[in-house]
Amino acid sequence: MKPGRGDVLLAEGDPEVSEDEQRLIEEFRRQLDQGMWAAVPTAIAGGRREAVMVRDFAEVPRDAEQVIFFPPAAGG
Amino acid sequence: MRWLRRRDREVIPDYDPGRERRAERRARELLRSVVDGADYEMYEQLGFVRVLGRGAGSGEGGYGYLIYPHRPIVAYDTESGELLSEYCVAFPDLSEPRGGEQLPDADDVLAKWMALHGDEHGLIADANMHLVGRQIDPAHVRRDLRRLADWQSRRARAEAQRTAVAS
Repeated sequence: MKPGRGDVLLAEGDPEVSEDEQRLIEEFRRQLDQGMWAAVPTAIAGGRREAVMVRDFAEVPRDAEQVIFFPPAAGG
Repeated sequence: MRWLRRRDREVIPDYDPGRERRAERRARELLRSVVDGADYEMYEQLGFVRVLGRGAGSGEGGYGYLIYPHRPIVAYDTESGELLSEYCVAFPDLSEPRGGEQLPDADDVLAKWMALHGDEHGLIADANMHLVGRQIDPAHVRRDLRRLADWQSRRARAEAQRTAVAS
């Protein structure tokens, strides 16, 4: 998510493919190094939508369709 | 697997009157792809999204949050409708001032939605808590709770009619 822009695509790939996975890991780390938060949309039993916050690439479910990075929360 | 947020080295023109509108349109598409259909309809039709607290649905003491774009999150008692508190929280992106610091409205709602679902206590801990009325008119929130109840009733009736027709 970006101010004035909405979401933009950072990277995409199949984590089962080694080259793709490495690129995804690097992008993940780069975003977190910049202070971004990362969330993975999920669906729980019954189809209800949820989201989990992830702080390490290993926490991203292998079948995740997308990871969304956004600026960290600050008291308003 | 798609990774969303930033495309580096993109040039942002100094003046583009359609930029905010396009950004909001993109943000709504993302919101729709992530949240439940009912939640998206709620945002489209009512202008806010309701999230139930982790303690809700387990008997007494249930609570929920109303998420408004660029306004505090309002906590309320789901049994009594009593307004509990305001949580002032923002997601300022300080990395690119030319793009403006504020996320599009729907992105702000989605960020709050994801943070509440993914780390409710963490988000609340980061927020500034106030009694309701500091930034949001309590009468406005009570009216929104009535609108939400009406909207849910209409949806339930429509769903019941669809089920009856189908069977």
